[in-house]
Parts: sequence; C-alpha cells; structure tokens
Amino acid sequence: MGMRRRTGGFVLAVNPIQCDGFGHCTELAPDLVRLDEWGYPIIDKTPVALSNLSALESARLAVRGCPRQALRIERVSDLPEGPAHRA
Amino acid sequence: MIQAHDLPRLLHGDTGRPLTLAQHEATFPIGARPGGLFEELEASGLTGRGGAAFPTARKVRLLREQRNHHKFVVVNAMEGEPGAHKDQSLLSANPHLVLDGAEYLAAMIGAKNIAVAVARDNPSVVNHVTRALHERERRHDRGAKFELHTPPWRYVAGEESALVHWLDDNESLPQYRPQRPTILRIGHGPVLVDNAETCANVGLIGRYGAAWFRAHGTEQSPGTTLVSVTGAVARPTVAEVPLGTTLREILALAGADPDPLALVMGGYGGSWLDGRHLDLPYANETLAPYGVGVGAGIIVVLSRAGCGVVETHRIVRWMANESARQCGPCAFGLPALAEDLGHLAHATRDAAAAYQRLVERAGVIEGRGACRHPDGVVRFVRSSLAVFAADFEGHRHGAACAGAQSRRHFAAVPTLEREDELIWE
Repeated sequence: MGMRRRTGGFVLAVNPIQCDGFGHCTELAPDLVRLDEWGYPIIDKTPVALSNLSALESARLAVRGCPRQALRIERVSDLPEGPAHRA
Repeated sequence: MIQAHDLPRLLHGDTGRPLTLAQHEATFPIGARPGGLFEELEASGLTGRGGAAFPTARKVRLLREQRNHHKFVVVNAMEGEPGAHKDQSLLSANPHLVLDGAEYLAAMIGAKNIAVAVARDNPSVVNHVTRALHERERRHDRGAKFELHTPPWRYVAGEESALVHWLDDNESLPQYRPQRPTILRIGHGPVLVDNAETCANVGLIGRYGAAWFRAHGTEQSPGTTLVSVTGAVARPTVAEVPLGTTLREILALAGADPDPLALVMGGYGGSWLDGRHLDLPYANETLAPYGVGVGAGIIVVLSRAGCGVVETHRIVRWMANESARQCGPCAFGLPALAEDLGHLAHATRDAAAAYQRLVERAGVIEGRGACRHPDGVVRFVRSSLAVFAADFEGHRHGAACAGAQSRRHFAAVPTLEREDELIWE
C-alpha cells in the first residue's frame, strides 16, 4: 500500500438540476465556490491539483454538506502543464 | 430515379399531399448502393441537421458498439424553434423517406424499435405520419417496429435528452449529462436520436450511396439542406438548397428584403449576422468566422424598418419563458437578461445600467445549465451586442432608434399566455 502518489487534479462539479441554491458549498469551500446574484454556485472549471490537500478537503466538505447532494468531485487524470491549473 | 444533380431531393411531392408508399417507391426506387450501408454513410460525411452538425456516422458507430438487445432509434421532428418549418414540410411532403432513413439507422445499430416524435400541437403532421405508418404496416412486417409519439410542443422538449426523457418517463425535461458524448437511454436501452431531415438524408444515402449524395454541397458540408426563411420576406419558405449556396440566393427564393439589416441564423439559440454578409456561402465552415452557423436551418430576416434591440428583446423574453426551470442560472438568469434587454429596448432611464448588467450576467450564466438552452440565449445576446453595437449605443443613452419607434416586428415569437408568466415564483 503505502502512500498513494497524488498526481492529477480534480474539479468540483455541480448537477445544476439538483442544485437549489442553498449556498452551503460556498461556506464550506469558499476558495472553490462563489455564488451568483441568485444564490447558485459558480465553480471554476479548471482543475485543481490533487496535491492541494486543503482544497481537496474543503471540496469534500462541500460535497458532504450539500443538502441536495448536487456536488461531486471529478478526478482529472492529467493536469495541463503550466499555469493553467491552480496549485 | 432521381439523378444526383436533381433538386429537390428531399422535398419531392407537394407539401400537404404526401407521397404514398407506392408513389414514394416509384420516385425513389432502390438504387445500386456501391458499398455497405455504414461505409457509405461514413463516406458521405453527413452531419446532423438538428443544429449541432455532429457527424452522423460517428454517432451511429458509438451506438453500434453498444452491446444491448433493446436499442432504439428516435426520429426527432419536434421542431421547437418558432422559425423552423422544415420537419413539418418534409413530413408533409415525403414521410416515407424519413421512415426509410430511420429503418436504415435501425439496421445499422441493430435497433428493434423506432420512435417518431412529432409535437402534438401540429395535428396535420401527426396525421401524415400516422397514415404513412399504417401504409407501411400493411406492406411488410419485418425490421424494426415503428411507434409514433406526440410530446407537447415546447422549446426545450425537442432537445434530445428532454425528448428521450419523455419517451422514457413522460417528462419533457432535459437531463444532466456530466460527460459528453453521453449515450441516452430508454430504460436500459441505448438511444440514437436523429433529426427528421438527417433521417431523410440517410434514406437517400442508403439507396444511392455516398458519391451520389456528395454531388451537391461543399467538400466539408456535403449534401443539400432545408432552410426555413421567415421574417421580412414576401413568402415564408422552406427551401431545399445545396450547402454552399450563397445567402443572397437563398433569400431570393423567399422573396426577402434584398438589403436586410440583419439575419437570425440557426434559430433563436443561434446568432445574429450583419446584413452586409449576404454573399457568404451557406455552410458551417464559411459561416463560422462570422460567429454563426447553419444550426437548425433557420434564417429570419430583419428589415431596416425594424430594430435589432427590440427583436432581440422579444426573442430573449420568449426564450426565457421557455426555460424548463430546472437549473437556477437558466430559470433566474434568462428572465434577468430579458429584463435588462427590456430596459434597453424601451430606452428607459435605467438603460445604461442595464447594459452593464446584461454584459456581466451573460458571462455569469454561460455553461451552467444541464442543457445548452441558456448557452444558446447567451450566444444570441452576445451576437446582438456585436451586430447592433451602434443601436445599443443609442438605446443606452435614452435615444431609441427609428426602428424601435416604428413598432414593427419581424421575428415570429409566440405570445406569452400571461404577461406575468415570465417572472418565476
């Protein structure tokens, strides 16, 4: 077993049909989610590195904290090189 | 037999008096198709005529690779766009060509069931299809089984996932598809959804092959297409033209205003094109640099007597009302866009601020719905900002243009049943 190498990235994805704009996600993951003027989440589509543990943890909290279970963490196998992803 | 260079191909027969099965088989005799069905379809380079212009062969291949005993072919003749009449014309001229194409598609992917979806608000087309299906039932009893379905007519009900949702579960609502391309399913059975016109083209390719099909059209967009021309025209027309025909020629067929202000291209989820570009060939590869496309084969002509801002407002207002209200950004965002455009169209005191909000909101809404409905509206609004930049400038500062004051409208927009329908909750 041992340590799993954390390569690749993730995006927090929302199912817009499920989402009812409770806004818990922005409280739990303020770095990843902001709200639009109607209270629905805006999530950046560029992947975040999996090595960014605090972001991953807050994303997990947001997924667990969503009252409509509308959030998901999608793994992206390869991160684009360069400054495109957020560390 | 129809020769490769003959026109029309698809619109044979009078609209309203469809070819019977016997007439159809006399007009389109089974020809010598040079190669296998799928190989010919691939070589033909046919792209979907429902709006997305996705290569049909690639879609068929995807479904063909699925291992399942309960596959479906769905013929989408919902025609949600108010400016579109092509599926209607096609099915009232030659329904059997469409059904033939659906049979070819079913044979290629191994589907046992074919569902033909026609909006129930269009009873004459429902009748034509019903009659055609009865004729075929009497003739032979082999191959896939046809069924006619009549979902209610709504803009998003014709969206493929909404249509499949209806067939699966009687709900005309788009589905959330995290990965694309997704294979839609009825029960567990994978579904191939194709527009009626695409099916008709498959019917021709299945008979005469790819080389015959490519006799018309351009290298990248082969074949002919049906165009619905409405707006400032002498006679609203559905014309069959080879792809690559210039816009000027297409407009002439409908007796359109020869010097229009602008054109709506592709549908109400499409884009505005400046009226100066009439010499462009009508094909996706030549239209793309101008930010427009063939889309669902719709051209709405706006004459210089009208106002682009007002037309955009009317269309966006209706499109906002046609949201399925499943996703927040669409349910709240589109009415907000419509409201901002209302301020601009009427050049109210709030117009300058509304313009700012409009630009910001368009950026916020994009890409956040389950289907492409909000994206289409955003694209439409953005293109209007570009094409009617001068008009918007005037409207922003409280000076509505002459066209806006003339109160003449060109784009057909169904009336909202209630004025307050637009505001949700």
